[in-house]
Amino acid sequence: MDMNQYLDIFIEESREHLQQLNTSLLELEKDNKNKEVLNEVFRVAHTLKGMSGTMGFTKMQTLTHRMEDVLDALRNDRFIADSNMVDVLFRCLDALETYVNTIATTGQEGDEAFEDVIDALHKIMENNGSEKKAEDKASGSSAPKAQNTEPAAAKSKIVELNQYDINVIKKAIEANKNVFQIHVVLDKGCLLKAARAFIVFQILEKNSEVIKSIPKVEDIEDERFDFDFTVVIITDNTEELFIKEINSVAEISSVEVTPIVLDEASDKEDKKESNKNTGSQKTETTAAAAASPQSNAEQHKKFQKTGKTVRVDIDRLDILMNLVSELIIIKTRLEESSTSKAGTDIESIEYLERITTSLHDAVMKVRMVPVETVFNRFPRMIRDISRELNKEIELHMSGEDTELDRTVIDEIGDPLIHILRNSADHGIETHEERLKANKPSVGNIYLRAFQDGNNVVIEVEDDGQGIDVEKVRKKIIQKGLESAEIVESLTDKEVIEYLFKPNFSTADKVTDLSGRGVGLDVVKTKIEALGGIVEVESVRGKGTTFTIRIPLTLAIIQALLVRIGSEKYAIPLGSIQEIENVKPNEIRKVRNQEVILLRNMVVPIVRLGDILSVPDVEPDENKKSITCVIAKKGEKLSAFIVDSLIGQQEIVIKSLGTVLSGVKYIAGATILGDGNVALILDVNSLAL
Amino acid sequence: MEKKLLDKEAKQFVAFRVGDQEYGADIHKVSIIEKTLNIARVPTTPNYIKGVVNLRGEIVTVMSLRLKFGLPEIEEDDETRTIIFRFNDVVLGVIVDSVDEVVTLRESDIESVTQITNDRSLDYILGIAKADGRLITLLNIEKLITELLEK
Repeated sequence: MDMNQYLDIFIEESREHLQQLNTSLLELEKDNKNKEVLNEVFRVAHTLKGMSGTMGFTKMQTLTHRMEDVLDALRNDRFIADSNMVDVLFRCLDALETYVNTIATTGQEGDEAFEDVIDALHKIMENNGSEKKAEDKASGSSAPKAQNTEPAAAKSKIVELNQYDINVIKKAIEANKNVFQIHVVLDKGCLLKAARAFIVFQILEKNSEVIKSIPKVEDIEDERFDFDFTVVIITDNTEELFIKEINSVAEISSVEVTPIVLDEASDKEDKKESNKNTGSQKTETTAAAAASPQSNAEQHKKFQKTGKTVRVDIDRLDILMNLVSELIIIKTRLEESSTSKAGTDIESIEYLERITTSLHDAVMKVRMVPVETVFNRFPRMIRDISRELNKEIELHMSGEDTELDRTVIDEIGDPLIHILRNSADHGIETHEERLKANKPSVGNIYLRAFQDGNNVVIEVEDDGQGIDVEKVRKKIIQKGLESAEIVESLTDKEVIEYLFKPNFSTADKVTDLSGRGVGLDVVKTKIEALGGIVEVESVRGKGTTFTIRIPLTLAIIQALLVRIGSEKYAIPLGSIQEIENVKPNEIRKVRNQEVILLRNMVVPIVRLGDILSVPDVEPDENKKSITCVIAKKGEKLSAFIVDSLIGQQEIVIKSLGTVLSGVKYIAGATILGDGNVALILDVNSLAL
Repeated sequence: MEKKLLDKEAKQFVAFRVGDQEYGADIHKVSIIEKTLNIARVPTTPNYIKGVVNLRGEIVTVMSLRLKFGLPEIEEDDETRTIIFRFNDVVLGVIVDSVDEVVTLRESDIESVTQITNDRSLDYILGIAKADGRLITLLNIEKLITELLEK
């Protein structure tokens, strides 16, 4: 059976559900009686069970089945979720994620059976609500027993209904529906009990809504019952219809249909509870009317996906992006060729330009994804970390709806994880230390995302102990990176920059999380590879803030075309502050570094011709004035010397390809209007 | 072109010249053969990497096999060609002095090379083949190119 085409869908949908599960479990931890959340979690587990069953992933199916048992008990108030239970549920979530990942890489669910997790689930079922469970069992089994000894004519004992069931039934009765309890007995000689039961259920589902079943539907499907079962249904149809239909199924010994009448006395008490519980979402059993209190509905909306969406293959988006890029290139060519000819239709070309720019914007928007997709795993991560480190840490997130290009989203996760771990591990102090410092015992980490001009800014701020600059100074000397005198002369900000050097860590111990000194330099590299920058600010005793700045649009940018020697290069406009023309004698030297004076600022010079080994760079003597492109990297400025300016142009960034992907100083290439290639300079690596 | 008939083990190679040697590369890895292209130099790359070109909208890296083999550079002429190799998501253009023909060879025509010297260029050699009385050194183009990527 070819399951492969469904494999992709399965993986994607499972991941969505697991994400939902993650969010819900976190909610549950905060409020362990939240019915909506419990129902949601149950629903997800049930859906996953069905999905894994269909795909033949039996281990996953078993695990979700066991989860369902526990969750069903929770949502029916048979017992209350304590922190141990939530922990086990989280372990289930991890196990399921492992399964999905294994399936994603190998197509099979793998050999892990996660016995310990399943055992834990079993223990929960055994240890908790044992009295209630026994009660259910007793009543469940006694009812059919009564049937077997007394023929169909006798009335069967009414099935135990819990609060939830009663509410549902009440709502149904209010809506003028019939509620029946149907007891079905199969022939003693029946071999395919599950199959017969299945047919009965088909009939029931066609004509009614099944809200309860004893034994459970799953058990019936697995043939875990003797020769009878009882269901409670809500329907518009009559008793006679069911008696007739079910009896017409082969090997059915007897059918008994009893209307269910609710006790008036319990109604009033139920009313309060029921008002709280209505508005809970899609459980397969709800026939309840839609009217629900406003707050519940709103909470519910949070769990549902808003808006209509279409799933699009990323490859198709890339193709679309490429086509738009090509369109812009050809538009530039058209512009160039037309400006030279007389009588050209300038208006049409301008209109074309407006259209292509709009098209580009629209396609870029399609690729934009809210950072939420990256942020949403952090609460869980911080929760786990705070447990591990025995610290109390709270994560506050804002701006999750800020959008980033899809490719950036994929890359930004790891750097952020590292920075967050840093904050939790090195930044936030232990409980005692915080109290001693007169800080609240709970440490706070703020994760913010927002747009700033053409960039997206992500901040990670903690109210921990801040960076010990003195310690860093000592470490620099200790590692032999700089001499003591130079270290003395460095400003605090410059000292902190050293943290981003490879293998630098001032942690005394290497913990599981950090301290190996590998992280921050990788963070910096990754972020710079995205065209962004990362900066740190810290106040000893108060806290630390990491700021990541990433450009919004990736593929098509405004650039300044320059000529160096006989070669053309493109410099992204976003990195350029201004252009300065200086006379050759205005270049000074400070500590062997060439600089120019720009409005009282000393700006270091970068001779691009030399760094890029351009063969025919014009020497200074030949120039009357030297063109300097003043580039900015964060707060710092550098003066790039070029031979001449060609002009400003919208260019399409093309990757250099796999062979040259790591080349220094070059961010990519672009195809000019004349078909030739111009390299795009990576300002961050060239600037000082 | 000499055809060897319907031999299951027959492989086709593009035969080209660099210096006074003739070489062959698996035709399945060859995407297209171009005449000279405008190359944009890329700084800080090894000398045998000539730069990048615009191949119908795609940026392709181009290298000189002459320089890679340690031969002196020569002027381009009418015979000079760039063979664009493409396999496994990798694209690379290789400049050669001339491209001659496609030869079909059987396993039996190919002799494997024993390590005679420590010359590094021998790493990329699949074997030496005889065709039409000529000796063609068959290159393992995949190995050659993949090794470049690791740099």
